[in-house]
Amino acid sequence: MSEAAFNVQTKMGKPWKKPPFVQRKWLRLILLVGIVAYLIAAYMTIDVNWSRVYQGLERGKKFVMAFTNPDFITRSTDIWEGMFESIIMTVASSVVGIAISIPIALGAARNVAPLSVYLICRGIIAISRALQEIIVAILLVAIFGFGPLAGFLTLSFATIGFLSKLLAEDIESMDRAQAEAIKASGARWMQWVNYGVQPQVMPRLIGLSIYRLDINFRESAILGLVGAGGIGATLNTAFDRYEYDTAAAILIIIIVIVMALEYLSGVVRARVQ
Amino acid sequence: MPTRNSNGQKLWQRRTGRESLFHWVLWLIGIAIFAYCWQQISKSTTWFFVWDAPRIADDIWTRATPPKWGYITQLGKPIWDTLNIATLGTIFALILAVPVAFLAARNTTPSRFFIRPIALLIIVSTRSINSLIWALLLIAIIGPGVFAGVIAIAIRSIGFCAKLLYEAIEEIDETQVEAITATGASRWQVMAYGIVPQILPAFAGIAVFRWDINIRESTVLGLVGAGGIGLQLSSSLNVLAWPQVSLILLVILIAVVISEWVSAKVRGAII
Repeated sequence: MSEAAFNVQTKMGKPWKKPPFVQRKWLRLILLVGIVAYLIAAYMTIDVNWSRVYQGLERGKKFVMAFTNPDFITRSTDIWEGMFESIIMTVASSVVGIAISIPIALGAARNVAPLSVYLICRGIIAISRALQEIIVAILLVAIFGFGPLAGFLTLSFATIGFLSKLLAEDIESMDRAQAEAIKASGARWMQWVNYGVQPQVMPRLIGLSIYRLDINFRESAILGLVGAGGIGATLNTAFDRYEYDTAAAILIIIIVIVMALEYLSGVVRARVQ
Repeated sequence: MPTRNSNGQKLWQRRTGRESLFHWVLWLIGIAIFAYCWQQISKSTTWFFVWDAPRIADDIWTRATPPKWGYITQLGKPIWDTLNIATLGTIFALILAVPVAFLAARNTTPSRFFIRPIALLIIVSTRSINSLIWALLLIAIIGPGVFAGVIAIAIRSIGFCAKLLYEAIEEIDETQVEAITATGASRWQVMAYGIVPQILPAFAGIAVFRWDINIRESTVLGLVGAGGIGLQLSSSLNVLAWPQVSLILLVILIAVVISEWVSAKVRGAII
């Protein structure tokens, strides 16, 4: 009581000040010094060649201007073929990836699977999530040769980690009562999953699948850089030859398709939920 | 409830006849599309190489193990560069994402019909293009190096950060904003005392989350020449030095796991 009164006395007549983000003073000081020291150290190691950057600005302007005047015509066969391959890879890998991730998600949910299966499935998810698409693609290209098969396998593999993890979390947080009711009616395990678990997670599964389709398309655009098929190779060549108008055309197509997919996923998710 | 008569007994069915027909047609179309896609992939695949794949994989594995541990002394600088690309890129992205997010949020945008669509377009276009493509583009413009990597990561992250941030801004509690407005605060004061304190936790969470993703992305930026450990990876791959490749992959894996752990810890502390 007395302390509060004391505080009021000292604060009287002084303007209010915003309390600092970090309460302890010494910690605040250390953090501040550390951040500044890091920024200086980081800035020192990045040697920016400003004259080169300045020269590049002209080219940058040309590229930005190319967006106002994209060239879809000159390389239309290359663009069309690359896009077609990207879409094919996206669709096939999404289908296979989703089909594989459903059983893995069931295995990775603690309330469905026994511990040994759970650990194996979680291990698969961890491996798939830790390895980057592009690195997997490099290895698979080395093993399977150039072409869309390597890209397809890469994207399927990446889909498993993403979808299984999120789906498993959804299965773990499902309502137990419904599943129990199905079990009480004497259902077999498959029937239990089909009528007790599946209806509860279906909206989320559909939403995640479409979201992953969207991600797979975006990723398929870069797999071509390492020879795994898709539009990336065409894009890379366009940049190498400084054909910015063609590159701009490809980027515009990618943006439009991604926007369309995002819109579609919004509509579908609104309908199923 | 859809039922079916069999021998005078009513049997329960999940769907009516029309519904199950619809489902069947949908599945048929889906499978046809998949079969077509698979056919196309198979057509442009050299199956001879694929049948040979187990032998090649085994061959690569024997070449790549054990990793060349001595090479790790040369990886210190590239890892430091990778860390810098991710961190500085995230900082730049956040600086640029905050105004975009305020312009894109329905409750703070100055003009719903003119400025908001522009902000949304910035968000979508930066988000839908991968950082490797941004890096390719920037290397063509400003030359190879760490700087191109930083800018590529920054541009790519704007859309992601701004999207999450503007969703957080749209979900704020309006009564607090009203209370600040009622005291006679100016537009900027309302922003600083009514909106910012509410979105600060979300902001910190987004920053750390994106930093974690950026560490992953910056490890491979070097493949196109934008600095970092990817540069070492690509030069080792080019000379088929598999023991070096396996060591680099191991280092990348460890870096990714550490960054994920750090980000999970920090987010756990904030939220």
